[in-house]
Amino acid sequence: MLRVEARSKLTGREVFIDDLPAEDIWWAGTVRSSLPRGRIRDIHFGSGIDWSSLIVVDHRDIPGPNEVQMIERDMPVLAADVVRHVHEPIVLLAHPSRRIVRQAVQAISVTIDPDEPMLDFRHPPTPQQIQYGSDNVFKKLKIEKGTVDEALAAAPIVVEGEYETGAQEHVYIEPQGMQAQVENDVLVVKGSMQCPYYIQHALMHALNRNEKQVRVIQTATGGGFGGKEDYPSIIALHAALLAIKGNRPVRLIYDRQEDMAATTKRHPALIRHRTGVDHHGRLLVQDIDVLLDGGAYVTLSPVVLSRSIIHAAGPYHCENVRIQGRVVLTNSVPFGAFRGFGAPQSQFANERQIDRIAHELNIDPVQIRKINLIKDGQTTATNQVINDGADRIQVLDRAIDLAEYHDRKKAHEVFNVQHPTLRRGIGVASFFHGAGFTGSGEVQLASQIHIHGRPDGILEVRSSNVEMGQGALTVFTQIVAERMAYDQDYIVIVAADTSVVPNSGPTVASRTSMIVGKLLEQACDDLSRQLNGESNTDGTALKDAIIRWHHIRPDQELIGKAQYNMPPDIHWNDLTYEGDAYSAFAWSTHIAEVEIDLRTFVIRVINFTAVQEIGKVLNETLARGQIQGGITQAIGWALLEQCHWNNGSMQNNNLSDYVIPTCPDVPPIAVEFLESPTPHGAQGAKGIGELPMNGPAPAILNAIAQATGADPRSIPLTPEQLMETLLT
Amino acid sequence: MTIAPENNMVDVSFTLNGKLVDVSVSATDRLLDTLRYDLRLAGTKEGCGEGECGACTVLLDGLPVNACLIFTFQVRNREVQTIESIDAHELEEFHSEGATQCGACSPGVVMTALWIRNHPSLLQTHQLSRLMAGNLCRCTGYDAIVKSLEASLSIQERN
Ligand code: FES
Ligand code: FES
Repeated sequence: MLRVEARSKLTGREVFIDDLPAEDIWWAGTVRSSLPRGRIRDIHFGSGIDWSSLIVVDHRDIPGPNEVQMIERDMPVLAADVVRHVHEPIVLLAHPSRRIVRQAVQAISVTIDPDEPMLDFRHPPTPQQIQYGSDNVFKKLKIEKGTVDEALAAAPIVVEGEYETGAQEHVYIEPQGMQAQVENDVLVVKGSMQCPYYIQHALMHALNRNEKQVRVIQTATGGGFGGKEDYPSIIALHAALLAIKGNRPVRLIYDRQEDMAATTKRHPALIRHRTGVDHHGRLLVQDIDVLLDGGAYVTLSPVVLSRSIIHAAGPYHCENVRIQGRVVLTNSVPFGAFRGFGAPQSQFANERQIDRIAHELNIDPVQIRKINLIKDGQTTATNQVINDGADRIQVLDRAIDLAEYHDRKKAHEVFNVQHPTLRRGIGVASFFHGAGFTGSGEVQLASQIHIHGRPDGILEVRSSNVEMGQGALTVFTQIVAERMAYDQDYIVIVAADTSVVPNSGPTVASRTSMIVGKLLEQACDDLSRQLNGESNTDGTALKDAIIRWHHIRPDQELIGKAQYNMPPDIHWNDLTYEGDAYSAFAWSTHIAEVEIDLRTFVIRVINFTAVQEIGKVLNETLARGQIQGGITQAIGWALLEQCHWNNGSMQNNNLSDYVIPTCPDVPPIAVEFLESPTPHGAQGAKGIGELPMNGPAPAILNAIAQATGADPRSIPLTPEQLMETLLT
Repeated sequence: MTIAPENNMVDVSFTLNGKLVDVSVSATDRLLDTLRYDLRLAGTKEGCGEGECGACTVLLDGLPVNACLIFTFQVRNREVQTIESIDAHELEEFHSEGATQCGACSPGVVMTALWIRNHPSLLQTHQLSRLMAGNLCRCTGYDAIVKSLEASLSIQERN
């Protein structure tokens, strides 16, 4: 099935939030902190502005608690007395003229008495820098399996390593934006988002409204990648406060620079490994320490840390594993969700570590992975028994074949001897990604989905999971079409509007196709059952049956429903961090080939191969698009995308100075899928949205190490950094 | 501080998607805003506002330009073509190859692609990927965009 909304997107007819008619709109702007930490002393409204013509909002206008409802409630909607990071919002303005709003924002000066900021997460805070608990630690987690200290003492070889990864900006091409207005006492907020119900809950909490008084509607969302998971709650609150105070429709659109400066990014990480191996390269013990920079507020950091440590030991079997994780406060713009959610950071470290061990033992990087990849019946770090029928070695072997790894490696060795200035290398990374919320998260979400059989015979899916480019509308349409043998022209997926759709959870964690898609299948079956088990192999008969049903029962609704229940074979212990962390993992091996110019240190990725076992390919074009897009984003993270920080604020907050991959930067990417269906996903599918983010950075750095003999351990590896690594 | 007067207006006529239009704009109004907010053609997108992303690509006298970097008065008596002039049936290969995901880059990508398709001789001197380098896409990884453009070029050649 082709993407259902592709034509309207290709021809510019798709309506994003800033494409709505703007005749009566008041435009909003945000006055922000210029310091990373301090106490607000004075807010001065400059001359030359007719302030009475603007809507002006500060923290005193918040009807409920001044808290953004997320995992915790530590983040204020608007700073009241103190600021904890540069760009923290303090005052909001709106006016019918965008020009006047921009000028008014400039005309406000906020005087802040500075306090000592905490800026480098790698060092412990001084007493003056403590701002959260007794140690600035937002969350601490630990996984322990076997006897790590004994195994380390006994291991014949121990390899240590320290790895760093940088922040990454999402750069969804549509910047963030929301529009709010009050209609008959109902606050209606529309905009670009991944999680309508997160926003509804945040609005209810801070604005003291019940769910009937808050309606959230998703408009076309021009990319999210996690960046529109948590932050839109803040923008929605800001737009809503202005709309309520001024009783006007208010639109708050960030331009690119404000978006890059103020919104969340991928958590920077510092990861240490101590690995005990035998002489063949078998893993005996893994001791891993993961430290994440959380920025100024908790946001989603605890769950990012959780996913990060669960993936930190990689797709390998090892009897003794200890993974300790911490995420700490700094006075930086808060870090948040970004495709992969902590797993790319920890698997980058692990896959570099595996290669370095192979190098030290002088064994082939492919061989060491083969020895250690989990075989059916073996366990992950959390003692989750893997018995999914997938063959991780086959995934690796297929990637090796497809990339002609051994031939290419030899050819590069010859090339490197002959060429005066160019060096080529080939690198491997094997990794995994668990789909859905971690551990008991899906049970707590208790997602629901509805499918309505309408009087006109149309099947209407109601879900809070949104289309943001990943293909949710198409996959849902396809799942219904196949489950009900229905013509796709008679299937609609309604817009995610909290007054219409049930809460099927957030559009995150690669959960939409797999977990919500599976629920949708169950809802389809529920609908069929109500039609007295009308066969769902004949869609035309089913459609007639739906129309008949309504004839007999006018004014009644025919709804197939499903709600998530923990499958009986899944067991997770949140206290010990043991058990089935995810109901399914997707498995993958990436192979990258690079070419480095020793005169300029420019690194080019010249070839890329991605093989993945994803349960079942629901839609080949969409799946390939997810893999290729994810790999491209990860190439950027590995080589190009560097945030320059000053006082916890991104200095290069524009697309001239923060460089993402362009068309010629991307190598040919060969993509191949293997299928081992999981009972926990729609038609056997596993989530794939985040998977491809994990492999490219380590595969590329492994290739660079091989090409040059360097031992790079941090990303982004820009030409400057590579030069430093090679010349020192 | 003082507010720059907004009444510093100029009249501009130009051809937009084949029709003559007259607008009265401020001297510093960007073509992008005139199109989106005054003429209500919201198909052209703003991704960066500084000439880096290409989401705002329109054709000016047949050449792709960034509408965020052009003042409206600069298009006086010239010809502007936007995504609104394009019909979906011209883009079948883009549909089938998966050239759009979130759609935010797509109108700009399509305008550049159509320029290439209208001038296939460009490919004798330039690589396709280089010609597309001014249009950022964060979703697709570009492969599907390049493939659909290649497919559409080869169909055009056959006809
Ligand atoms: S908006 Fe014009 S190039 Fe980005
Ligand atoms: S399709 Fe989303 S940016 Fe290109």
